[in-house]
Amino acid sequence: MTNAPRPTTRFRGRAWLFGPDISTDMLSPGQYVHDPVEIRLRHVLEAARPEFASQVRPGDIVVAGTNFGCGSSRESAPQHLKDLGVALVVADSFARIFSRNAIALGLPVLACSGVSTTVNDHEIVEVDVVEGQVTVGDGRALLHADRIPAQMLDVLGHGGIEPMLLALGRKKE
Amino acid sequence: MAANEEVEPEQMGRSPRGAPRRMTAAETILARAAGVDRVVPGEYVVARIDAMMMHDIFAADVLGMLETAGIEQLDDPSRATVVFDHMVPAPSVAAAEHQAKARQLVRRYGIEAFFEIGRGICHQVMVEEDRVRPGDLVVGTDSHTTTYGALGAAGCGIGSSEMAYALATGELWFKVPETVLVRLEGRFAPAVAAKDLVLFLLRQIGSSEAQYRSVEHAGPGADSLSLAERMTVANMGVEMGAKFSLFPAAGATAAHEATGYAAVHEVDLATLSPQVAVPHHVENVVDVEEVAGLRLDQVFLGSCTNGRIEDLREAAAILRGRKIAPGLRLIVTPASSTVYRQAAEEGLLGDLSSAGAIIEGPGCGPCFGGHLGLLAAGERCLGTHNRNFRGRMGSPEGEIYLASPATAAASALAGAIADPRELAATGRRQEVAK
Repeated sequence: MTNAPRPTTRFRGRAWLFGPDISTDMLSPGQYVHDPVEIRLRHVLEAARPEFASQVRPGDIVVAGTNFGCGSSRESAPQHLKDLGVALVVADSFARIFSRNAIALGLPVLACSGVSTTVNDHEIVEVDVVEGQVTVGDGRALLHADRIPAQMLDVLGHGGIEPMLLALGRKKE
Repeated sequence: MAANEEVEPEQMGRSPRGAPRRMTAAETILARAAGVDRVVPGEYVVARIDAMMMHDIFAADVLGMLETAGIEQLDDPSRATVVFDHMVPAPSVAAAEHQAKARQLVRRYGIEAFFEIGRGICHQVMVEEDRVRPGDLVVGTDSHTTTYGALGAAGCGIGSSEMAYALATGELWFKVPETVLVRLEGRFAPAVAAKDLVLFLLRQIGSSEAQYRSVEHAGPGADSLSLAERMTVANMGVEMGAKFSLFPAAGATAAHEATGYAAVHEVDLATLSPQVAVPHHVENVVDVEEVAGLRLDQVFLGSCTNGRIEDLREAAAILRGRKIAPGLRLIVTPASSTVYRQAAEEGLLGDLSSAGAIIEGPGCGPCFGGHLGLLAAGERCLGTHNRNFRGRMGSPEGEIYLASPATAAASALAGAIADPRELAATGRRQEVAK
């Protein structure tokens, strides 16, 4: 896991605000697990905010409370956010498996204590993933997030695990 | 009831005498798997994985990713296990196609430890089939992989991409977690069970403290728990946010050696009472008295948390010779074919069926919300499973309560949430009267 290109580090987008304990059952409900992707995407977070899936735009940023992504190991949870165009997730804290899965898919996740009580819904947020800086509403507040560990930045730089596997497959040929 | 002492971080690397402290169970396993003498919390290590488990929802995705990437063979197919337990038997053509693809890829990659539909829930099957050993480092495409902590193995859930990487290379990176020690004393009172203990731990510790950490259960109370009871507790470790939930070998953590822990909790099992997790979070736990009398539409007995023979015995003892409440549905899903056969031989399936239950084939049942007993809007279910998040079992407008098998059985009789101690007391009085 070395010599990775640097990942995209700066994001600017509209925030979608969620509370604590957003579970994988909300992100990717079990009853649609084998349905076509376009149907599954319609139900993303519907139990929390029914309008989210139809109104989210590419580049939007999900901002949430503590324990985001708690629950199952289903990778469809971060994958669906990525498929809907969500650029990254900033939350007070993350459940362990979700944050690993998001990084494995190349979706940055940043733990930033207090973010969910600072950012307003649909406010513009600027995030520097490497520096761990979250700028709220054109500078009305500046928050410091946990730095993403080098191992995770490395995976993000590759664009996730899949491109790393492709490289591994080519090497083994 | 529970004491909590926070330990200063600077003490964590040293024993009181200044010598390097003894490593926690999680540290010991990660150091061994990483091929180093010592690891410390917060450190990242690349560790070799002893066992890798996939179930039917993700096996085709994982192995398909390897095929697409041109990975011709697994690092070591003998470390891989595939169990079909979630969408079984296939409830749709899409599930059937998905499973057919997985079967083909399982053959292509030479995975011999493949367990077909009906064998049981992956975690139960892994233990029954001896695919996990004490001290192993295990990953699975299922969050309840923490269950193997019951055997003293460090198990954690991962996603499909990371599993593909682990199968291809045999290793994965891990952050060495801090450890929270839970010291257990005493024995359970009648009609109180391991499920009540883990719900109580969720109530007391919750996910803010155990997040990313390893929870280590020790003390005479832990040593007194059966394998089934330890599996129930370790299983729901993930609901606290824990990376691992471990029961080290008996007596491994003597009281005077308890250094290096981020926090220490003490619980006297004898003081516990039946607990119920109420919607819509696993940490919303209350004493059963607080919700007793709440009308139910469905009761579910099963899952990797509480679908074992001990759980079926507990429920059957309460339901034997009685009928469940009119208008209530009781769904029973044995955790494995072994459990199913044993329950049949002991007459438990007959007892449960006669009481009005539907007996489903071995597997995950309705727990994960795929099929076999989903809820309509406004319906209320009490189950012995592990999650009550909104939308977990069907309609987001459904309500899920979590409790022990005894509480589930007592509630099925009452048609409403009920305290199993009252039935147990009645049962004892009847015994005396005889």
